[in-house]
Amino acid sequence: MKKFLSIMLALVLALGCLAGCGETASTSTSGDAAAAAFKIGGTGPLTGGAAIYGTAVANAAKIAVDEINAKGGIQFELRFEDDAHDAEKAVNAYNALKGWGMQIFLGSVTSTPGVATSAQANADNIFFLTPSGSSTDVLGGVADPLTGTVSVERKSNVFQVCFTDPNQGLASAQYIADKALGEKIAVIYKNDDVYSTGIYNSFKAEADKLGLNIVSTTTFTTDSQNDFSAQIGKAKDAGADLIFLPMYYDAASLILNQANAIGYAPKFFGVDGMDGILAVEGFDTSLAEGVMLLTPFAADAEDEATKSFVAKYEAAYGETPNQFAADAYDAVYAIAAALEKAGATPDMSASDLCDALVAQFTSAEFSFDGLTGAGMKWSATGEVSKDPKGMMIQGGKYVSMD
Amino acid sequence: MKKSTITNYATYGGVIIAFVVLYILNNFGMLGPVLSGQLVPICAYVVMALSLNLTVGVLGELSLGHAGFMSVGAFAGATANIALAASIPNTGVRLAVVLVIATICAAIAGVLIGIPVLRLRGDYLAIVTLAFGEIIKSIINNLYIGMDAKGLHFAFLNAENLKMDGGKMILKGSQGITIMPTSTFVAGFVLVMITLVIIFNLVGSRSGRAIMALRDNRIAAESVGINVTKYKMMAFVTSAALAGAAGALYAQGMFVLDPKKFNYDTSILILVFVVLGGLGRMWGSIIAAAALTVLPELLREVRDYRMLAYAIVLILVMLVTNNPTIKNFVQAIAEKFKGKKVETKGAGQQ
Repeated sequence: MKKFLSIMLALVLALGCLAGCGETASTSTSGDAAAAAFKIGGTGPLTGGAAIYGTAVANAAKIAVDEINAKGGIQFELRFEDDAHDAEKAVNAYNALKGWGMQIFLGSVTSTPGVATSAQANADNIFFLTPSGSSTDVLGGVADPLTGTVSVERKSNVFQVCFTDPNQGLASAQYIADKALGEKIAVIYKNDDVYSTGIYNSFKAEADKLGLNIVSTTTFTTDSQNDFSAQIGKAKDAGADLIFLPMYYDAASLILNQANAIGYAPKFFGVDGMDGILAVEGFDTSLAEGVMLLTPFAADAEDEATKSFVAKYEAAYGETPNQFAADAYDAVYAIAAALEKAGATPDMSASDLCDALVAQFTSAEFSFDGLTGAGMKWSATGEVSKDPKGMMIQGGKYVSMD
Repeated sequence: MKKSTITNYATYGGVIIAFVVLYILNNFGMLGPVLSGQLVPICAYVVMALSLNLTVGVLGELSLGHAGFMSVGAFAGATANIALAASIPNTGVRLAVVLVIATICAAIAGVLIGIPVLRLRGDYLAIVTLAFGEIIKSIINNLYIGMDAKGLHFAFLNAENLKMDGGKMILKGSQGITIMPTSTFVAGFVLVMITLVIIFNLVGSRSGRAIMALRDNRIAAESVGINVTKYKMMAFVTSAALAGAAGALYAQGMFVLDPKKFNYDTSILILVFVVLGGLGRMWGSIIAAAALTVLPELLREVRDYRMLAYAIVLILVMLVTNNPTIKNFVQAIAEKFKGKKVETKGAGQQ
């Protein structure tokens, strides 16, 4: 009994210490809490399978907040909660942020949690700007291409920094058709993933319109994303000379590897999720040679802002930032710019701030230059207007195709 | 009164008291946004744990795909909710109808699984339910449902197969269902109470004794003429149906339903509630489900260490509930109380 008690007490003490560490770490991230600061919160997967996206956003948002706070002027206090890429936990995380006194919501990193938290934020009238939740259901009010009716009402205080999924599919199909990149096109997509299916559906619709010849369409799921021999074999048998890969880079890197292994070398065309493929550990980057992708952000761009952000990110976290990080960095700066223009002060209520920010974001004069695009503007639909850039990987670097 | 009857009434009483306290606190806004947002999911998880306890604790069969039945109930319920929105505008009535539909759908799934599997001896139910959970996830990931003037349309693989004529999309494959929540804490409480009544009455009845006889010794039970498949089916289908109701309650409390939510992990989570609460012990399941749903949110305070802390708490609870020294200690206290009770009873009789 004594032994057990002592072990338990020791554990409790150890926990207490750990809790203490966590506390100090979190306060240091949140900038100068004593001064009047806007409380800005976000949720994203910091644990679990999708954790790379959540941590990228959390890290980049912290860099942006620290930079803005260092300048003086507008001050932010940032708190980022884990939602494990789960809608139920995201709502809990959102409620926890609300309890903390959050005034501005940086949204959820991934789409499904984003649909839930945006609905909550809309009900509470808290401003919502997601860096990367790209599904149209996050915004609401977008008509279904098939039925032409709106299934989710527009949430008027919800905005996105990234492209919506359908826009990516649309742009990809148009780009391939305009540049006549492929005669016979194969598509491999992940059919249990919102992002991948969203892009595929609009790509398919637009490709049919433009008369692109899709010769093979194959799918995979989270459980089967290690072996692509069947999908690649089908594309090869159909004689495809271009494979469209609307997916994230982790799966795409395996496809490139396995296509190479059977000596099949079509052109590969990706979307913004492909960004990051050059940083995959153990991946032979020479395989990515000639891969085309549409992305708003390239980590090796030559402009000052990108260079400084990438250098800071690499110094702090030891890895190259991806487009999620860039979108998050832009989101924080866009909010700061809008707050400044609106002349908002931290003592305003979340609801008043929301109204002021919505007015700014939808106004015709408001435009924002960030890492992922210059002159970004937001419409009342919540979508951002920025052009995806066609990039090609050459010599281990992104080279603009235009 | 029998000991089991006292435990049953104590469980009813405990649930009612917890409900009244939480309801009052919530109405005065003293719960905080996190806990107040978790009330409906807690009720759903409690019903899930109770229903699984019926299979695992009372029937003695292992089910590893209980989230599959929850999924059937959740998606059937959410579809019914959207489809009936126009014809039944009252959300309370609609919720009740939706719960009944979801219960029936999950019960049908339970029958389909149970007929072949429950005739077998051994751990086949565990294997088949494990597969069932994955199959349901896969099916819903590829299922599209829409509604237009002609009624509901179902299709596989993509939305074009629906051949819709205007109308509205309901389920969009892996994107799931987007709905507005209609579940309330009161509805959750009522469902928990109904579940308790069903389970306690089943367990206490002649059928319940037959089910437990099967659990304890199948051969002995067969030898006295108990129909093995019938009683196993009775317990398993009841358990599946209740899981469907829990799923519908859960679904109606969310903004968005993702088919991937109801995966193996969720099944195991529910099993953890049951095992931690004690096999066959219904009040244990209720407490374990509620506590372990709230715990991860409370642990947000320790930031990056919350996963570690959650695991440690789980291990500690396991150790403490199984530690013989503590068990003896609790028993000694219980006996002291009992001794007093006997004395006072004796005094009353004189």
